[in-house]
Amino acid sequence: MKIFRRFFFLSLVLVMVLGIAARVPASAQEKVTIRWWHIQTAEAQAAFWQQVADEFMAQHPNVNIEITILENEAFKSRLVTVMQAGDPPDLFQSWGGGVLWKYADAGLVRNIAPELEGEWKDSFAAKAALELYGRNGEYYGVPWTWGAVGIFYNKDLFAKAGLDPENPPQTWDEFLAAVKALKDAGITPIALGEKDKWTGHFWWVYLALRLGGGDAFLKAYNREGAFTDEPFVKAGEYLKQLIDLDPFPEGYLGMNYGDQQTVMLDEAAAMELMGQWAPGAYQGNSPEKAAVLLPKLGWFPFPVVEGGAGNPGDVLGGGDGFAVGANAPDETVEFLKYITSVEVQRAGTENTAMGIVPTVKGADSVITDPIKKTIIKFRDEAPYFQLYYDQFLPPAVGGMVNDAVEALFAGQASPEEAAAMIEDAAAMELE
Amino acid sequence: MSALRSYASTATRSQASRDKLRNNLRKALLIFLFVAPGMAIFLTFLLIPVLGSVRYSLYKWDGFGPLTNYVELANYERLYNHSVFRLAVQHSFMLMAMSITIQLPMALAIALLVGRGALPGSRIFRLLLFVPYVFSEPITAIIWLYVLHPQSGLANLTLDALLPGTNRVAWLGDRDIVLYSVFGVLTWKYFGFYMILYMAGLQGVNKDLEEAARVDGANWRQVLWKITLPLMGNTIRLTVFLSVLGSFQQFVTIWVLTQGGPVNGSEVLATYLYKYGIQRFNLGYGSAVAVVLFMITLVFSLGYQRLVMRQDYSAEVF
Repeated sequence: MKIFRRFFFLSLVLVMVLGIAARVPASAQEKVTIRWWHIQTAEAQAAFWQQVADEFMAQHPNVNIEITILENEAFKSRLVTVMQAGDPPDLFQSWGGGVLWKYADAGLVRNIAPELEGEWKDSFAAKAALELYGRNGEYYGVPWTWGAVGIFYNKDLFAKAGLDPENPPQTWDEFLAAVKALKDAGITPIALGEKDKWTGHFWWVYLALRLGGGDAFLKAYNREGAFTDEPFVKAGEYLKQLIDLDPFPEGYLGMNYGDQQTVMLDEAAAMELMGQWAPGAYQGNSPEKAAVLLPKLGWFPFPVVEGGAGNPGDVLGGGDGFAVGANAPDETVEFLKYITSVEVQRAGTENTAMGIVPTVKGADSVITDPIKKTIIKFRDEAPYFQLYYDQFLPPAVGGMVNDAVEALFAGQASPEEAAAMIEDAAAMELE
Repeated sequence: MSALRSYASTATRSQASRDKLRNNLRKALLIFLFVAPGMAIFLTFLLIPVLGSVRYSLYKWDGFGPLTNYVELANYERLYNHSVFRLAVQHSFMLMAMSITIQLPMALAIALLVGRGALPGSRIFRLLLFVPYVFSEPITAIIWLYVLHPQSGLANLTLDALLPGTNRVAWLGDRDIVLYSVFGVLTWKYFGFYMILYMAGLQGVNKDLEEAARVDGANWRQVLWKITLPLMGNTIRLTVFLSVLGSFQQFVTIWVLTQGGPVNGSEVLATYLYKYGIQRFNLGYGSAVAVVLFMITLVFSLGYQRLVMRQDYSAEVF
């Protein structure tokens, strides 16, 4: 019994000592580890980030950066799990918007506004993008690459179908005509892997943007309107016109974004509606095939819908950035600052595998690619910039947008039903 | 004298009852010691989480922070009215039905062929058919993603070679066939497992009985139906049990293959739970799904064990 008691006290003392030790503030030279999750799985991309981390560690010998690389979909699943367990990584990929704000509500991300205000904040060219990483004067992360979704097309295949490769369609009707021409020439008009769902939701959202402008969306978001309003139903009807032409690869409902890239790389399809990262994704998928495809690649903005309320310059887009976890050591913010420094941003722009569209001032001077220049122009001049619905909206609504659009593609929902599905989720989640 | 005797006998009796009490106490302690570790694990990892789920299912809760928004049975009402949930239940039952009516009889037939028939090279068959079960579920699914790829998959290329000019099949991209494709993959994977169980069961069947029946003039069909299969009864009942529970809990393979798509074409209870509960931060709602899934499997397990498998246990189960 005595032994037990002694043991008990000993362990109690031990626990207290350890507890105090843990509270001693870390001295400047104490070793800290930054756990960093990113989704650039391609070898050259992963190597780029490793180099950035190595450079930072060389300058800060007390910092150890532990990188975890996850594939996009796996990343999203795993992040949700660790977040719900209350253990966020110190630095992680984030697209801003409703998903990030949800984490902020739960106190799982760190407010970096104190460090951001001033010089660092002023260094950003993509101001609208930065705002999506914060709310009410707080910021939880910063954008690293930011662009616009648009249509990438293979000029050779356009020419083969008798279309003028230098004069891509500008209106929805012209676009449908081009799709028919490609189809008649035996070319799959549009590459799409709808299994990932976000890949196809661009089509519907862009149509809604062209038809209703930013107003319709913001009204529905603020609950002054609804997702059953006319532009959203009409978006489904216009999309139906396209789907009825059967312009997608065989079995596209069961294919993912990787398959979609492959179809483009094999030059089996002429177009894809995708974000600014598409050329980089081609490189990551197959450098050899990408070398053949990239010189033939062109870009044009999403076609204008006649009579729509949206401004033709309105842009749907988004990008990648990084957010800081709630328990991250101070050095994480320091590292994030380094990532968005002009030098690293330039390096990321020049690195063909990364191929970013930089977010800070002065980094775009190194861009030679005309496509990227056009994308930046659209991004910075957009009268209204719409972040992807599935990032801007709370996860339950964003997920439903993806589901509803998938149902449209599969012919399992009418435009009205798709809009109603989204409205149901919105009514439950948005206040 | 008689008083004395009676006193003595009371003394011995109370002595005996004390001994008995001590014995019982010791026995109880021993039982407790043996049961405690298992019970502790059962409580922490099973009973308490299950009760937790029941509690969460009564709240609208996004998984972060305390439970504050009590909604009574609204989550259950919502899932009862959700067409996708009904579809998921229906798919789970379909997978179960197909497993019992196709997967198990096939495994049994092969087990009989390999175990009883005079099939040459039966050992190699046994090995080959068992290999898929050894692969982990994600690996199985990824292999089949390649096989079932709409453009470059082995399945469609084979179809093309055998029947040139046929339309390619969107194995995982067509809502009408995706569930059957998924079932095919599941069969490929679990087939070997049931086959091995049946072969083990077959070993327990005394060949002399079959021999005797044959001598008495029974043909092979009679031997099979009247002797072999009835004697394998306990194995068959067990495999049905495992198969039903397995179909309801199916998640990993389906998730990697289709994520329940396209448009919920292969949605089952577990993928529905993950998609609508966890991915979309509706843990209260997800818990309601979990409770329903739990109730289905619980009712089935208890009922099945009580009604069907009772004869297979030497001691009472309940």
